Amino acid sequence: MTKVHLPIFDHDDAFFWQGTAEGKLLIQRCTNCCALRHPPAPMCARCSSFDWDTIESSGRGVIRSWIVSQHPTEPSTEPRIVILVELDEGTRLVSNLHGSPADNVANGLRVEAVFVDFGDIVLPQFRLATDGVER
Amino acid sequence: MTVPAKQRAVIAGIGQTEFSQDSGRSTLRLAAEASIAAIRDAGLEPRHIDGMVTFTLDNNDELAVMRTLGIPEIRFAARTRGGGGGACATVQLAAAAVESGQADAVLVYRAFNERSQHRFGQPVQQSPDPAWNFALPFGLDTPAKVYALTFQNYMHEFGLTNADFGSYTVVARDWASTNPAAQFFNRPITLDDHQSSRWIVEPILRKLDCCLESDGGVAMIITTAERAADLDCFPVAIPASSAAHLEGGHEMFAYYHDDLAAYPEGTALGRLLCGQAGIAIDDIDVAMIYENFSPIVFLQLEAFGFCGRGEARDFIADGNIGRGGSLPVNTNGGLLGEGYIHGMNNILEAVRQLRGTAANQQENIQHVLVSAGRSGLILGR
Repeated sequence: MTKVHLPIFDHDDAFFWQGTAEGKLLIQRCTNCCALRHPPAPMCARCSSFDWDTIESSGRGVIRSWIVSQHPTEPSTEPRIVILVELDEGTRLVSNLHGSPADNVANGLRVEAVFVDFGDIVLPQFRLATDGVER
Repeated sequence: MTVPAKQRAVIAGIGQTEFSQDSGRSTLRLAAEASIAAIRDAGLEPRHIDGMVTFTLDNNDELAVMRTLGIPEIRFAARTRGGGGGACATVQLAAAAVESGQADAVLVYRAFNERSQHRFGQPVQQSPDPAWNFALPFGLDTPAKVYALTFQNYMHEFGLTNADFGSYTVVARDWASTNPAAQFFNRPITLDDHQSSRWIVEPILRKLDCCLESDGGVAMIITTAERAADLDCFPVAIPASSAAHLEGGHEMFAYYHDDLAAYPEGTALGRLLCGQAGIAIDDIDVAMIYENFSPIVFLQLEAFGFCGRGEARDFIADGNIGRGGSLPVNTNGGLLGEGYIHGMNNILEAVRQLRGTAANQQENIQHVLVSAGRSGLILGR
């Protein structure tokens, strides 16, 4: 099993990690002006409101960039493909491509969220979408 | 803001240790060695120093430096935010202090054992910075990985391969090969050497795309033109100094700006610096460009407008940044060739180019740009 460094979350982003534990990918939303934001923040930068709730993301998006992550001095460790996903809702997040070799990853591929239990934490991961058309 | 000419800040003295992979001494000693060299270069004594500026990340407390050097009293102390991006902001802070009369002579220092002790390039285990929560659990645990995730988008957008980045390293190592103070003195490389170095982050960065983690210390003395005129020193003018931070940015995670293949902080910095100095970017004779990793040079060349978007590859391949080029870049070998003292050693090279004392001295130098990415300087004669 891949060793995962655990987040040290606080009041601003605890909701995100509670959501992933329940298999939900949540995006913070300003309840005043409805602007979405990620990474989480305590205030809306557009309208200065401190009031917010969350929406559940469709989990669908597109790969904007990617790398193969390996330990710099321990090449025998299992590599992870890190991707930057732009969700259909418009926010971006860093995640991993799950279940595909590096040969199959490319900018512009559509992906969909899956939730993987790493023991101490459930992380949102992404797999290539079944309707994976390039754009 | 109009500051009278005699009140304008200048860099009056510079000092440094050797740059190495293992200094064999404390960071406080490195800070002291660099500082006393800079103080003497400015024609001053430690008792004349009344202000201090360093990085928030520096481990050498101001009071420890005072006790070590024998500085009896200071009335100004400030530290810059962030990492190497703030290198030039140290000079901005010091200049603001002397131009406003808050200090007469400010010691700027940065010293660390970044190779033999705490290496920035090694994986972090945990960070209280909440931005890491959305990177570290997914495997982004080193600066190389964090930066590479945006560099990949730049490569994709403009069709570059890792070998294109190697063309910068070849130039940097060529400059370093004739700089006796560079750790890679007498050790030029070919593109084949670059391409046979091991992957650090596939398929973006090889080992020879990464800066040279180093031990060492660097220091400068900032005072006014009027004071410098009375000292036995060779002052260099500071026509512009600025920081440039943008909403949505982060010291390392540039994932949330609209355009992932651009460096908007660099564009803002160029506008701010040129506006302050009253010159155009084409008036720059030499550019010192912070490079923790080679691709950041490409992004900055484009952000400053030395070439168009996506054109840095051809700009470098055509020989513009090397010997005899239209814009010599990182003439000391830069952070890949001379050493990585958090970008501060590039400021010293700019001073040497303007004094006419650089190992790779360029002719008729009037303006040198120093960019740390999120802070910068234009230095002049």
